[in-house]
Amino acid sequence: MLIFIVRRLLQSVIVMLVVALIAFLIFRYVGDPIVSMAGVDTRLEDQELMRERLGLNDPFYIQFWNFLTNALHGDFGISYRLQQPAMRLILDRLPATIELAVVSATLALVLGVLMGIFTALRARSFLSGVIMTLSLVGVSLPTFLIGIGLIYIFAVELQWLPSNGRGTTVQLGWWRTGFLTESGLRSLILPAITLSLFQMTLIMRLVRAEMLEVLRSDYIRFARARGLPDRVINFRHALKNTLVPVITITGLQLGSVIAFAIVTETVFQWPGVGSLFINSVQAVDVPVMATYLMMVGLVFVTINLVVDILYYLVDPRLRVQGKGR
Amino acid sequence: MQYRHKLLTAALLSASILAGPVSAETLRWAKAADATTLDPHSQNLGTNHNFLHHIYETLVEREVDGTLVPRLATEWAIKEGEPNVWVFKLREGVTFHDGAPFTADDVVFSIDRARSETSNMRQLHAGVDHVVAVDDHTVEVHMVGPNPLYPDNLTNTFIMDREWSEANNVVEVQDYAAGEDNHAVRNTNGTGPYTLTEREVDVRSVLTWFENHWADKPQVTEIVYVPIAENATRIAALLSGEVDFVQDVPVQDIERLESSEGITVTKGPENRIIYLGYRFGEEPLKTSNVTDSNPIDNPLVREAMHLAIDRDTIQRVVMRGNSIPTGVATPPFVNGWTEELDAYPAPDPERAKALLAEAGYPDGFTITLDTPNNRYVNDEAISQSVVGMLARIGIKVTLASRPIAQHSPQITNNLTDFYLMGWGVPTFDSAYIFNDLVHTKEGNFGAYNGGLYSNPELDPKIESLETEIDIDKRNATIAEIWDVVQKDRVLLPLHNQMLAYATRKGVNIAVHPENQPLMMTVTFDQ
Repeated sequence: MLIFIVRRLLQSVIVMLVVALIAFLIFRYVGDPIVSMAGVDTRLEDQELMRERLGLNDPFYIQFWNFLTNALHGDFGISYRLQQPAMRLILDRLPATIELAVVSATLALVLGVLMGIFTALRARSFLSGVIMTLSLVGVSLPTFLIGIGLIYIFAVELQWLPSNGRGTTVQLGWWRTGFLTESGLRSLILPAITLSLFQMTLIMRLVRAEMLEVLRSDYIRFARARGLPDRVINFRHALKNTLVPVITITGLQLGSVIAFAIVTETVFQWPGVGSLFINSVQAVDVPVMATYLMMVGLVFVTINLVVDILYYLVDPRLRVQGKGR
Repeated sequence: MQYRHKLLTAALLSASILAGPVSAETLRWAKAADATTLDPHSQNLGTNHNFLHHIYETLVEREVDGTLVPRLATEWAIKEGEPNVWVFKLREGVTFHDGAPFTADDVVFSIDRARSETSNMRQLHAGVDHVVAVDDHTVEVHMVGPNPLYPDNLTNTFIMDREWSEANNVVEVQDYAAGEDNHAVRNTNGTGPYTLTEREVDVRSVLTWFENHWADKPQVTEIVYVPIAENATRIAALLSGEVDFVQDVPVQDIERLESSEGITVTKGPENRIIYLGYRFGEEPLKTSNVTDSNPIDNPLVREAMHLAIDRDTIQRVVMRGNSIPTGVATPPFVNGWTEELDAYPAPDPERAKALLAEAGYPDGFTITLDTPNNRYVNDEAISQSVVGMLARIGIKVTLASRPIAQHSPQITNNLTDFYLMGWGVPTFDSAYIFNDLVHTKEGNFGAYNGGLYSNPELDPKIESLETEIDIDKRNATIAEIWDVVQKDRVLLPLHNQMLAYATRKGVNIAVHPENQPLMMTVTFDQ
């Protein structure tokens, strides 16, 4: 077990290094950070001076090496755009993204599972038809359009909910939360729905398909033959077996919700790491981009590690193989 | 129903009572981007200056009509008998937000800070030799040579307090390589009409009126500044009543907003010209099928391109009416602009084709047009329409579209044959255009002369503008230079950009040519 985890950890470190390397290779093609820092009116020799001071004239492996050694000391550099430490900017923005991600993941999971069960059990009812049709919208419409559509209906026309931002927030230690105020909660509704829609339909369709599969299996038929009530069969016997793949998918999706909330955050001006990343890309803010990508890499590596360990615990066959080696 | 009506009336009444007369009004101001830093000398970016103009103040200020007016300086003039020295008389009774008095020493400190090596404002003070405080309210700026336009360079150089800067260790401008962020990046102490009371970068800033400010109390006593990057969301926030003023209105939304109830759109010309540039010199172009010579170097070809461009169509179709077509590469406020220069010919593809044939290219030629796609209003769409217009006379243009961060190096490194660019003139004087776009690329000159145009007769004339203090003589030289620039078709101007501000009805704001509206000038109806 220990050997397995250590090996996994080593692999994770390599993955992180590769992420950083690829990131730095890409940065060379994003553009010239000086252009957005200096504005067009800055004299070229002053721009050259800035470039020199920032070490942008160094070959890429030296820049990469400097980034790595500084990062190991916890120094991720100063944002070119905002002139503040990149790590602090990311940490300031992280709570907003995590709150949004957790709420929309919960929303997706709860509603997705419920609707999945319903459409499986009442496959022929009219409401199931409506849900299934609407779920196609969730899968196929781009997040951007859904967001703009919701803003138009609920903010501009009905004026029920705010169109952007996070409302009033409360500072709890270093964590800035929007959960404790009314405007914070109201601001959360539209972005959370937008972000959850795709996951929700995904989970719903998954649960439905699994459930239909399970309901057809022999042990359910026997249970029915034994005269067990429908409620017990559906929820105790069938649902339990349905949830295994759902948990796997949800875990992985949570990572991508955190990492790819970018579009939703941009549409709603949600002050999370995603919108910070987009602004940084436009300004070619290398330190922030690099730190963000490292963070996303870390999130995925950690989630995969946890999932792997879970598999290891769940599946005895893996354990036997592990010992054999 | 009746009941609901009553409720609504009651609500409206109470709202109007609450809003009341002009005692304390909050203005919620939305813009596409936030100020990146609060350090006034760190970055030369319009968005930053616009924000900081409310907290810090400059010696002189640019009015909405383009003229210079007093701010912290009340008078300024060239010193009698010493053409190299500018004398500024300072306003008395001004205090910084922390209570410290504003004196000449702070001006000396701030100008020195702005021209220090890590400052990004230093090019505006390149001609300064040294600055001295004569007494508490008089400052002399000694220039290297005569500099008739130096006050024009001061409209964005903010004055900081020397004591505060020393106490907080911000005498030097932030140095990225140092690895620490500077106190001035996130804290302010200016003399301006508002103090910064709340700030969350990229999210929200609150500015409150500074009671000890020297000027009259403005109608706006609190500003809530919200950057909203996404165009559609920014407009939605105005339509839903969440903000009062949207500064960056996308062209495609102007029409819709004008017809929306409760919204006012104010339009005006911006200090920014959009033009095409191309490669001069005999060396063949890199992106053309003509490999033995440079077709652009032939004046007939440039004239043909000039005649092929249909500026009115670009204005009508691409810009939806929101641009001012022009035949000269300078905005109308700028010293040197005349109506004759501004005139442009009706498009004449037949004659353009004849000129091309005369130049030896009856079947035209191919070329690549480099265009930015995120910098100017509809920049990529403008270039697309240019492709079509040149195709009519046989010039087959391939479009290469890039974000500005990648486009700009193409021009400064002279990698492009044909490009679209925009140019603002912060000094409001033609010399600024000649220095960077027309003068031969050498030393401090011609930094954005992407086409490497070089005219040895013009260069000394351009350089003379820097030091000529006889205004009439100087203006005559400017006119001479424009004549040559127009005759040679050094640049192919398209139009001046227009700015549009959208507010809820009842909020009055004038369009500022440098897109730096000041909230203390905003008035509310009633």
